[in-house]
Amino acid sequence: MTYTSRRIKDKLAYSLGLFCLAVAIVPLASILVEVVRNGISTISWQFLTSVPGVPGETIGGIAPAIQGSLLLIGLTSLFGVPLGVLAGVYLAEFGDNKFGRSVRFLNDVLTEFPSIVVGVLIWVLLVVTTHEYSPIAGAAALSIIMVPIVTRTTEESIKTVPNSIRDAAMALGIRRWRSTISVVLNTAKSGVITGVLLSIARISGETAPLLLTIFGSNFFFSSWNQPIDALPIRIYRDAFLPDSISHQQAWGAALILILIVLTLNVGVRVATRGRYGSSRSRM
Amino acid sequence: MSKTEEVVSSSGRIQSFFRDFSFHRLTHPSADDVFEILSTIFACSAIVIIVLTAIVLIRGSFQAVSTFGVGFITGVNWNTTLGQESYGMLPYILGTLVTSGIAIGIGIPVSLGIAIFLSEMAPTSVRAPLSQVVELLAAVPSIIYGFWGRLVLRNWIVNYVEIPLSNTFGSVPIFRGSPHGYDILMGGLILAIMIIPTISSISKEVMMAVPSSQREAAYSIGATRWETVRIGVLSYSRSGIFGASILGLGRAIGETMAITLVIGGALGPDALPTSLFIPGQTLASLIAGQYYEAEALQLSAIVGAGLVLFGLAVVINVFAQLMVSRVLKLHAGAVE
Repeated sequence: MTYTSRRIKDKLAYSLGLFCLAVAIVPLASILVEVVRNGISTISWQFLTSVPGVPGETIGGIAPAIQGSLLLIGLTSLFGVPLGVLAGVYLAEFGDNKFGRSVRFLNDVLTEFPSIVVGVLIWVLLVVTTHEYSPIAGAAALSIIMVPIVTRTTEESIKTVPNSIRDAAMALGIRRWRSTISVVLNTAKSGVITGVLLSIARISGETAPLLLTIFGSNFFFSSWNQPIDALPIRIYRDAFLPDSISHQQAWGAALILILIVLTLNVGVRVATRGRYGSSRSRM
Repeated sequence: MSKTEEVVSSSGRIQSFFRDFSFHRLTHPSADDVFEILSTIFACSAIVIIVLTAIVLIRGSFQAVSTFGVGFITGVNWNTTLGQESYGMLPYILGTLVTSGIAIGIGIPVSLGIAIFLSEMAPTSVRAPLSQVVELLAAVPSIIYGFWGRLVLRNWIVNYVEIPLSNTFGSVPIFRGSPHGYDILMGGLILAIMIIPTISSISKEVMMAVPSSQREAAYSIGATRWETVRIGVLSYSRSGIFGASILGLGRAIGETMAITLVIGGALGPDALPTSLFIPGQTLASLIAGQYYEAEALQLSAIVGAGLVLFGLAVVINVFAQLMVSRVLKLHAGAVE
């Protein structure tokens, strides 16, 4: 093989790589452009604060969806964050044994679980038995998605805490639980917060489990055993309607949703540039 | 704490807890014991959820499985008329496999190109920012992919891919049907776009973990950049890339919202994926589309679809996690 042909092959490989990168970036650019272009013309103060209009006739607003999404995020974090953080503490501090390794492995498997399966689980347990779609069922499903992510990132950031800090706390006579919570976890704080924010970004976009648990609604939250709305559910329902007014509403909801998700993602990336690199890319 | 004690304590605290077990420790647990037990219980949640899911899905689908037997997997019917109810999962299992197959068929080569480009070829200064942009693709919620796919991508695909293919190869069975964009091909394409960030970022990680001595050795015998990648890097990271691809397959199989919005939602024998240009259905989209007001046998059939999906996901993910973690660990060891 001549040198020229090898050079050409090399250049060809380079251009192919560049082409593949473009294949991935073009859809991303198209999504962002379309969502912003169509969404921005829809969004107004009235759109953000009123209930949906009559499909096909008036656009109304997506306030119940925004309220529902915020409610679900709050409720899920209430269950999910303490559970995930403590499980992460276990894996990092006590988990260097066979049991810990199996837990870590199953946790990784759970992270990759199809979210619709989580939806079916909660649907069978909480919705079919009571015949009621509810915010509680929604938060339960989202917690199952949130916990493994928080567990993993907590563990990884606690592992970056040097042992000398634990030794120092021990030398002062501080109890292990106390030193773990106030010293180790405090040192690893920024990593844990990163994980929590990324998991919130993930659950705010989850749709499949919500479809089976909160169902969606045109009204504001009224009681704990009634269906509520959420941004992804609103987009889903609108997308199946044939009229352009419903689609317009969905573009508006999509813009709000993508703003929440990308702000969290980009914000976290900028704030923690260069740290916790490997734990993030797996999510 | 002496050195040996420390080794024991870190490798087997649970065992030592049971060895030192005494009635006194049970009635008067120290705060540290409580903390350790509590965090252990919380850590068990992953196990509890997986086991609970298996139990709930098996119990919930028992009625359908016992009524139809093997026919539940091999049957093609979807008849909800009371008294003649009949449910078979074959069209949706095949639909899941075909769409995921299209997705990895397109997704793997593109992702590999991206991973090679970003870990070996691109100028160093743009590597990190470009990787972040590709990772942003993974952050976009699947419902937005679905909505964009339905309203934007579908028009492109119909006009520039499906109609030309249909005009040229219309007589070939797999290109049968009138292309309108709510079909198997569209489902596979949207999945391909969605799994690219997963496969490419893990493959990139695996390639970056290849010791630089591998590259230096190739360069020192006069290899070009591409030859270095092929000889030094790709051969070394093969099993990691394989694991990453399987992980991507797992994502494609479980993906619900995007595919529900573009696949057309066929039911019964019509849903068998006999052509790229006909509406289809996957296990996940079947659940999302048919769960509402499902009663008795239909409810049991839907839970059964969930059980099949659960089984596929567990097998695929356990396999993929084993591959990826083993490779990354192995390489981390080699670098040290």
